[in-house]
Amino acid sequence: MSVDGIRGRFGGIFERDVTLVVAVLGALYLAYILAGVAFGYGLRGQLNSIANLTFYIGVFGMMALALNLHWGYTGLFNIGIVGFMGIGIYVTALVSKPPVGDGAAQVGGFGLPLFVGVLAGVLAAAFFGLLVALPALRLRADYLAIVTVAFSEIVRFTMMSRTFQTFTVPDTIDLWLFSFDPTADTVGLGGGGGLILNYTNPLEALLRALFLWDPYLGFVSFVEANVISNNPKPVLDGLLYGIVLLIGVGLFYLLLSRTGKSPFGRVLKAIREDEDVANALGKDTNRFKLTAFVLGSALMGLGGILWYSSRGSITPPSFRPNITFFIWIALIIGGAGSNTGSFLGGAIFAGVLYEGPRYFKNLVQAAFELGDAPRNFGEAMAGFASLDPMPFILYTLDSVSQLRLVIMGVVLIWLMHNRPEGLLGHRKETASSVDLARSGTGRSAEKPTAADGGENQ
Amino acid sequence: MTEHGHVSVVNVLRVDFTRYSEECYHVSLSETYGRYRRTLSEEPLAIGVILVALWMAWSLASGLLTGGIRISSLASLVWDGLLRGLIIGLAGIGLSMTYSILNFANFAHGDYLTSGAFAGMGTSYLIAGIGENSVGALLLVGAGGSVFGGALGIGVTTAPLAVVFGALVAGVAAIVLALAIDRFVYRPIRDESGIALLITSIGVAFALRYLLQFVYGAGVRGTTASGSVPRVSVPAIDGTFRVTAHDISLIVVAGGLMLGVHLLLQRTKLGKAMRAMSDNEDLARITGIPTEEVIRTTWIVGAGLTGVAGYMFVLWKGTLGFNDGWLLLLLVFAAVILGGIGSIYGAIGGGIIIGLTASVSVIWIPSAFGRAAAFVVMIVILLFKPEGIFSGRTTA
Repeated sequence: MSVDGIRGRFGGIFERDVTLVVAVLGALYLAYILAGVAFGYGLRGQLNSIANLTFYIGVFGMMALALNLHWGYTGLFNIGIVGFMGIGIYVTALVSKPPVGDGAAQVGGFGLPLFVGVLAGVLAAAFFGLLVALPALRLRADYLAIVTVAFSEIVRFTMMSRTFQTFTVPDTIDLWLFSFDPTADTVGLGGGGGLILNYTNPLEALLRALFLWDPYLGFVSFVEANVISNNPKPVLDGLLYGIVLLIGVGLFYLLLSRTGKSPFGRVLKAIREDEDVANALGKDTNRFKLTAFVLGSALMGLGGILWYSSRGSITPPSFRPNITFFIWIALIIGGAGSNTGSFLGGAIFAGVLYEGPRYFKNLVQAAFELGDAPRNFGEAMAGFASLDPMPFILYTLDSVSQLRLVIMGVVLIWLMHNRPEGLLGHRKETASSVDLARSGTGRSAEKPTAADGGENQ
Repeated sequence: MTEHGHVSVVNVLRVDFTRYSEECYHVSLSETYGRYRRTLSEEPLAIGVILVALWMAWSLASGLLTGGIRISSLASLVWDGLLRGLIIGLAGIGLSMTYSILNFANFAHGDYLTSGAFAGMGTSYLIAGIGENSVGALLLVGAGGSVFGGALGIGVTTAPLAVVFGALVAGVAAIVLALAIDRFVYRPIRDESGIALLITSIGVAFALRYLLQFVYGAGVRGTTASGSVPRVSVPAIDGTFRVTAHDISLIVVAGGLMLGVHLLLQRTKLGKAMRAMSDNEDLARITGIPTEEVIRTTWIVGAGLTGVAGYMFVLWKGTLGFNDGWLLLLLVFAAVILGGIGSIYGAIGGGIIIGLTASVSVIWIPSAFGRAAAFVVMIVILLFKPEGIFSGRTTA
């Protein structure tokens, strides 16, 4: 059994992790830049592609870290992640959207500043986390899974339903002691049409709060004058948003690794290993599980806000359970139980499995002059009658967005067969605060972990 | 295992807890009664559920009395829910069996159902339309709008042979698929925990579902000549509700298969072997039960029923899309949990309750929340009676 004790984590492990993260990110970015060169992108195109990659690395890294708190640390099998994400962004939209009247939006909001909206979204996600967890945490892991996925579907039905599409807000609300006049007149979840996010651009709101907006605009016009002449602002916005997301990932990482090392985190790990023992040692495991679940749900809400807030609009179909499973695959690639692993899993998932197939298709199409793809599988197979595999290949390339999910499924199966502890091998942090390994054995376990199939073998 | 000192303590504790939980099962009647009384006083949720139930009963009664809810439309909803429930129950038998014997929640089960439906519908298309259309387009169930089920006259009265063979092929295809997946995916990790298997099954579900989309396309297609299906209007007190030939064939097929499974498990030792396996697989093996063979039989029975359920579902609702099984899966889970995992009667009963809930609940709540209501029923059951409402009765 490999043990990463506290002592080890401060020393070699930490440096090794930094090297690993830098190496993986470097490899991903290099691959994308090379692909960009192959496509003949100019600087603008390259920056755009990098911004896109950074965005997905950021969001998947963040969500995988949040899930790691649930599954990796506490052993709570939550497959309702997308529900908490949806609650986060919908509440943010509801609170921060300007009242109806300005713009094309059919449904308005309360017009409060964006940071209030974000705070409300995170709190709402935490509240629903509590609501789910209070009854459901008593259940077995597989039951909890089914309850959480059912919860996320109920959230999606609620977003889609006409019942919550619009509400009319009265001009004055009298609350017992005081009354106030909300600016909003129509609010709601927008039904199947979703919501247009016509609040302040989140990047602008953030930079204004930091008094960096004017310097940033100056930088943009500098770039426009000297480097990229045709409207560089969207590209730079994208890059900067990616950097903000990476900072967010860093904060998530700090928070979670501090939590993990704290006495609180050690109890969580003890619950993961054996809840009965933790209980017998006098820990109120239900309370600990509840706190961990609520904290993780809040982080998922925040992740959802950061994921969708810079989009122009949100619609209910974005919040299908598929997103949840993407995040699970990311976590399992990296290895549940390790924060570095979670982030790396998120990055690898984003770069290779999520965005990679599309780039591969574009590469092939750029390299070879290919005709039009057949419209359906039958026409694709018809080529084989004359021993011509081309229609099939073209159809396969054309369907890469579906085959991507097939590949994800196969990768997940492969991982569960061969690397259930994640690509990095056995990295789970133990519950104890001292190094449990006998002298000498602890160090040897830190070698590359190919030989270590996990403790259950 | 491992060399650390605290592990032995863990084992001692675990033994104690096991014994403690075993003792908990043997509670006497008076204790059960006392527990219910305590539940009522201590659980605000329970009181809430009872209040909601009372409100629903009152609003239904007053609606019927004042004429706000017509009896005929209620009958129509009940009929629809019953049929839906039969499909859920039929698909649930297989899920319930594998859940109890292999001890994991198979998230790919819904996609077995879709695979069966596509294979079966392809066969029906082929039989009904051979000669006039290309075989490929027929087998692909008219991918890309090349053939239309309505034009082929798919229906139990218009093309009975095509429907019978379609249903058979649907079952066989699902069996072959399930056995192949079990051989290559689940069997190598048979001894892993239920959660590892569950995660693996999510991978299987993804791969299967999007392979189906790759082959058959993303479009939802109409599969039956719905205009020419015979129908009768059954009189209810203040109106009528409609019963079609496909409703009847669904009842016949589902009822027949359920009876067949019942007889299979009663008349053969399979049921007993399955029960023994779900209790303790190692013990079952050393008492001479060929566990791998039982597992294979379980997959054959379960997947066969699921494939046929998928075909009958598609025939009944008249449309087919690659997402159908996945969308049904959570309802099937709800049914299985409601009925108690491992009990086929529980799966059938739970399926009918879930189907009725999803359909009839639109009397009280907006129709967008029909499925949500079924999930809520499942969650409530999990909270108060996690062993299911038919608790104690496992397979056969």
